[in-house]
Amino acid sequence: MPNFFYELHFYLFGLFAIASALTFVTRKSPVAAALWLVSTMFSLAALYVMMDAHFIGAIQVLVYAGAIMVVFLFVVMLLNLGHPDELSDLRGKWGRLAAGLLGLAILAQVMALSRTRPEASLVQSDFDRLAELRGENAVAAIAKPLFSDHLLAFELTSVLLLVAIVGAVVIGKRRAST
Amino acid sequence: MMVPEALALSAVLFCIGVVGVLTRRNAIIIFMCVELMLNAVNLSFVAFSRLYGMTGQVFVVFVMTVAAAEAAVGLAIIISIFRHRQTVDLTNINLLKG
Repeated sequence: MPNFFYELHFYLFGLFAIASALTFVTRKSPVAAALWLVSTMFSLAALYVMMDAHFIGAIQVLVYAGAIMVVFLFVVMLLNLGHPDELSDLRGKWGRLAAGLLGLAILAQVMALSRTRPEASLVQSDFDRLAELRGENAVAAIAKPLFSDHLLAFELTSVLLLVAIVGAVVIGKRRAST
Repeated sequence: MMVPEALALSAVLFCIGVVGVLTRRNAIIIFMCVELMLNAVNLSFVAFSRLYGMTGQVFVVFVMTVAAAEAAVGLAIIISIFRHRQTVDLTNINLLKG
């Protein structure tokens, strides 16, 4: 049974994530939006740690908040999009209304889906999960299935990354002729 | 174990991302909204991994890798579009419109 402080902090970080996400989609300036998204990612990292996913929490901060968002900020800096007052990039009134309704519809559907009960035969007991975590450190608990059961997917991911590097260089390269 | 709460939070974050993609026109912000949606999915993976074992967390690692690759290629495309059109406003990029 999780204690009161655990639940309090869970809701605190959850509300902070939602508030940052709402601020993120309403900011005009891309830089402000990116920084609010970083704040969402930090509170998600805290939630990962609270849900016993310590390694995921660490790479959430390192990879997402650290690397990916820095790439976004670099691109914003390179493009130099002008003053935020000049770029109102919100769609018109009807577009916003339709988007809001569609968002509410999707939210209702996903909420209804998440009410379903988990398949009882697949659920690991609390004892199993804790033993899995306690027997080894947090990295080994992920590394074992990653390098044994999912080895092929892991190798294919490295090919994907190689393709992405080559593609980014080719697309981003300025052509000499033009 | 707070799994239903985490799933509800993940649904809310995902829908905020969807609304962001639909309401904004700046291509960079739309990309960031996609990242927010991927984060929401990661949260439900981690929540389910509390019930079903470590496979969910392994999937989160894969999702992060794909997100990094997607960000690199997508931002390269945005830069090359900006070089041609001097804008990242998606309503001006209508070459395929009938």
